Amino acid sequence: MNSSAKKMYPFVFLIPAALVYCTFFLFPTLMAFFYSMTWWTLDDWEFIGFENFVQFFQEPSLRIGFRNTLIYAFTTMGGKVILGLFLAVFLCSKIKNKDFLRSIVFFPALLSTIAVGFTFSALMHPTDGIINKALSLVGITGPNWLGDAKIALLSVAMTDIWKGVGIATVIFIAGIMAIPNHYYEALKIDGGNALQSFFYITLPLSRPALNTVIILALIGGLRTFDLVWAMTGGGPGFSSDLLASIVYKQYASGFFGLATAGNVLLFLFVGFIAFPIFKLLNRKEVDL
Amino acid sequence: MSGKQEGVIEQATTRLETKKKASKKWFLFETFAVLFAAIFFGIPFYFVIINSFKNSADAAKLSLAWPEAFQFFANYKEVLTLNDGVVLRAFLNSSLITIASIIIIIFICSMAGFVLSRRQGMAKKLNYVILMGLMIPPTIVPTIWVLQQLGLFKSFPGIILLESALHFSFACLLYTAFVATIPRELDEAALMDGCGPFQLFFKIIFPLLKPVTSTVIVLSSIQIYNDFENMLYFFPGAENATVQLTLYNFTGVYGTSYHLLFADVLLISIPPLILFIFFNKKIVDGMTAGAVKG
Repeated sequence: MNSSAKKMYPFVFLIPAALVYCTFFLFPTLMAFFYSMTWWTLDDWEFIGFENFVQFFQEPSLRIGFRNTLIYAFTTMGGKVILGLFLAVFLCSKIKNKDFLRSIVFFPALLSTIAVGFTFSALMHPTDGIINKALSLVGITGPNWLGDAKIALLSVAMTDIWKGVGIATVIFIAGIMAIPNHYYEALKIDGGNALQSFFYITLPLSRPALNTVIILALIGGLRTFDLVWAMTGGGPGFSSDLLASIVYKQYASGFFGLATAGNVLLFLFVGFIAFPIFKLLNRKEVDL
Repeated sequence: MSGKQEGVIEQATTRLETKKKASKKWFLFETFAVLFAAIFFGIPFYFVIINSFKNSADAAKLSLAWPEAFQFFANYKEVLTLNDGVVLRAFLNSSLITIASIIIIIFICSMAGFVLSRRQGMAKKLNYVILMGLMIPPTIVPTIWVLQQLGLFKSFPGIILLESALHFSFACLLYTAFVATIPRELDEAALMDGCGPFQLFFKIIFPLLKPVTSTVIVLSSIQIYNDFENMLYFFPGAENATVQLTLYNFTGVYGTSYHLLFADVLLISIPPLILFIFFNKKIVDGMTAGAVKG
């Protein structure tokens, strides 16, 4: 079987994919480790050791990226999980207009991030924006959503949740739909209420869906660039700069070595956060 | 006996009443929730649509009000003719990149997925290498350097091959999972009949992959069409405009032309909308793949 397997499923089939994937993704990624330790102008390089990394950790305008990226990733993940789960449970219940609601919740996920970013920048305009106008109707003076250094990052995160919650919702719906109905019937016979059915059946049994949402949202959040770029450009100051936007700024100003060091840090950051969580979630699933 | 009967009837009526009460409560809750969802998700759409019909000053108020005067054709005409039709050119560029990338993705990922699914030992060894492509964003400068060395920087072949590489992992995993559902006996029967591996794949297996191929087409085309980041890094230049970058034509230091910006937002949202209307189920299936089994 083994030799016939080799003949039937030859290695040649992997070559086109390997060529494209290695040349345009793996090779540059590996090279980044070397060039992150250089002073680099594309034509010429000079080895400078860990100086780029040291600079990344010393300069406040660069260091802030780690904190902001963490806040951003976990805020958007939390928002998408909670809101997505709530919407999914609601959309799996016996309501009318289910399909229409599902569509309208999901559609933003297919839109261009830049278009969503510009639209929400207009909605969050400090004086003319609809959000603040609506707040002033009930007597609240709305904040300067994108102009206030304290909340700019969170405003972008809210927009991200709005755009991405649809994917979380459909994943949760798929998970909930896969739960066999007899669990709910058994609970009903035993006199359980809606809250119990959520905490004892829906939540534990849609675990794989929960894991998928957490991992996808976290990875998406850690590598976000375009939404921040469209809405604040990292500002005001550096208050909403994420690692990815810092890397782009360093590249655009011609600091190629520094930008590459940032890429390597982003790479390690994603790896060290997403990977252990991935393992942890998968282990818990086995325990169940 | 009559007392017992009355008791039963009483019980039944109270049960019915509580049920009625509960359904009334439920109806109120449902109405409230639907309204909330409609406001939360619907208003941004309404806002974009209504403002794309207004004139410049009216749209700059950023309100939800009805337009003072409808400027439907004028706005869209201005967007489409701006800078010698940069928006139309961007549509052509984006379509070319999307279609070419998808052809390459289908070709390389289906073959790789087939072999990886049938040879589990090899798949296990390569698992992490493939997963890396899902997690890690591309590096900017080293990728540009590689593209430059190959003479592909700022060129269509360059960005097409790059997009294919960045979407390889996702499509390959979809294909690998799907091939596992095709029985191996089919391969063996084909071998008995004298099929070579190429005939086996292209004549027998590939046609069976149609469902997953269409998922890959729909999902990848939306992602590549909506891609802003990689176009900005690896496909710069005024003549290389892609749809997402056209939005920047209407914003600037001297203020934003909101009526044109929103008209452009609507224009570039048409292709995803069409895909969504026709392939809603495919899109959702692709995005939820793995959510049930883990």
